[in-house]
Amino acid sequence: MDNFTVGVVVFPGSNCDRDVSWALEGCLDIRTKYLWHEFSDLSDVDAIVLPGGFSYGDYLRCGAIARFSPLINALDEFVKSGKRVLGICNGFQILTESGFLPGALVSNKNLNFICDDVELDIVSSKGGWFNNRDEKQTIKLPIAHGEGRYHCDSDTLKKLVDNELIALRYKNNPNGSSFDIAGITNEKGNVLGLMPHPERACDETIGGTDGLFTLKSLILK
Amino acid sequence: MDQFAVKVFVRLRPSVLDPAGEATKSASIKLGAEGIKSLRIGKMIEVKIEGNGENEVREKIDLLCDRLFANTVIEDYEYSLEKL
Repeated sequence: MDNFTVGVVVFPGSNCDRDVSWALEGCLDIRTKYLWHEFSDLSDVDAIVLPGGFSYGDYLRCGAIARFSPLINALDEFVKSGKRVLGICNGFQILTESGFLPGALVSNKNLNFICDDVELDIVSSKGGWFNNRDEKQTIKLPIAHGEGRYHCDSDTLKKLVDNELIALRYKNNPNGSSFDIAGITNEKGNVLGLMPHPERACDETIGGTDGLFTLKSLILK
Repeated sequence: MDQFAVKVFVRLRPSVLDPAGEATKSASIKLGAEGIKSLRIGKMIEVKIEGNGENEVREKIDLLCDRLFANTVIEDYEYSLEKL
């Protein structure tokens, strides 16, 4: 695992890229490499994080412009090869806009930008992104978003439930998301998108360590 | 080559809650406007585009609407086209 490298994608407007890198390098001793969005050679990274922020100023829709970057075009093959991709907040929005995950993220029901810690139920262990093997089925992670209301049609929701693709649900739904959904995976389990920020919960001194498990699981095969 | 002016309207699907529309409806009522039954906010995109005839331009606009201007998971679109 010494050479395992996580690519952290940087779009114009990303603002959680350094936090993700700090959490991986400083807290978990996992090597990272920043990947500028115009880069399309992913051969020297073993997993990828799409960090939070406001790629392209959230113009048109959150994640809508980022979807057309060379890096996102190259992501299809990366995902098909089974390598792991984690989309956090704006990264989750990009993953839905580009069709790697179903549904869409729209304005919070109360129109507020919500910055808070939330309690989350771990629903599915698909992909091994969350630790639900012991008693602890609930984690606390920070959220910070204005457009985090997960929306999908009823057929998609049924598919998510039937195939155990819902990873996390809010205990007290803050934004009006369908079925309290906070995070989902693809069918293979190697792609996870979530609105909460695991990288902001990796050290007790900043409020908790419930995000460590998810970041650490980037190195799973 | 012909030039066309295209107006694309993008709207949230009826099944998607529009909190900005609801807030604006509430302000409209506070302003004293009566009888508002529904208020929803969409986008209008103006494009000037060249092409060999209307059919070719429509193909281009359909692609743009479907892949970029609207996210068809949550939005519907329609457009009008005028030859310049």
